[in-house]
Amino acid sequence: MSAVFVLAEVPALPLNEAGKYVAGAYIVLVVIILIYVSIMAIRLSRIERELAELLELSGAPKPEEPEPAALAAHQESAPA
Amino acid sequence: MYGKGLRSLSIVTVAAMALALSLVFFYAPLEAEQGFLQKIFYVHVPLAIVALCGFVVGALFAIAHLRTRDSRWDMRSYVVIHMSLIFAVAALITGSIWAKGSWGHWWVWNEPTLVSFLIVFLLYATYQPLRFAIEDPERQSRYASVFAITAGAFVPMNFIAVRLSTAYLHPRVLGGTSNLPGSMRLTFMVSLVAIALLFTTMCKYELTAKHTRAQVRALRRRLIGEDGTPAPRARTAVPSMSARPAARTGL
Repeated sequence: MSAVFVLAEVPALPLNEAGKYVAGAYIVLVVIILIYVSIMAIRLSRIERELAELLELSGAPKPEEPEPAALAAHQESAPA
Repeated sequence: MYGKGLRSLSIVTVAAMALALSLVFFYAPLEAEQGFLQKIFYVHVPLAIVALCGFVVGALFAIAHLRTRDSRWDMRSYVVIHMSLIFAVAALITGSIWAKGSWGHWWVWNEPTLVSFLIVFLLYATYQPLRFAIEDPERQSRYASVFAITAGAFVPMNFIAVRLSTAYLHPRVLGGTSNLPGSMRLTFMVSLVAIALLFTTMCKYELTAKHTRAQVRALRRRLIGEDGTPAPRARTAVPSMSARPAARTGL
């Protein structure tokens, strides 16, 4: 409910002729960040796949999918 | 380890970006002449400044590489220049969008600021092909460092030359000719810090990803190449990531 009041207080954005140019410029920034995040996601999945292959080669037992609770506990204990 | 502090840096970057966008759209007043179109400056100018500073930082890392022959400096120089090129593309696109809205043209060839930025961008666009053209990693890193230093010295010279030119249409955000009121200046500074943080975070992500990949490759060589003979390195523009300094050889 408070969010509605906040939105009512903020000035209306003048989305006239200039609005499309401003939106375009900020969309460029967002798109670049999104493309970068997608590239990073592809790279991460490739590294994960390579690590899984190496684990198989080394003969080590494949690690099981960690439980969400265990993963959260590990992340909390891990140094930043 | 490149990943150290990455999580905190990412959180700070997201917070700074959110703050900058809030200030741009809900705090900074509308400019008298340009109106709402002036909001583009809060993203376009920081992108251009950060890209140019990135090129100079790349040159400083290249100097460190030539002094120490440590390939990690070459990798840092490569990543910073690579990221600066991406930011320069964003600056060029956002600048063109502003020019279309303000001047009615996507590009103006007799404007020194625009053309000089394009020249710097095109100069650095040859950095990757230069690296790719040299097969020997040692020579590649040395030549790339020399290029980065020369081009890096060109950036401030270019900037000063444009500032000294009298006839320009491009507005000045900072400096003696700027009349930014306090609220606009604050918004601009926060945007600049946010974009600089975004740049640093993206560089750190890139370095961490490259370092991790190099470690995985080293592990693969150790597991598969039992005889200790590493597989021949495929031709690539990406520097090798060995922490061991290479032998000192003349240029």
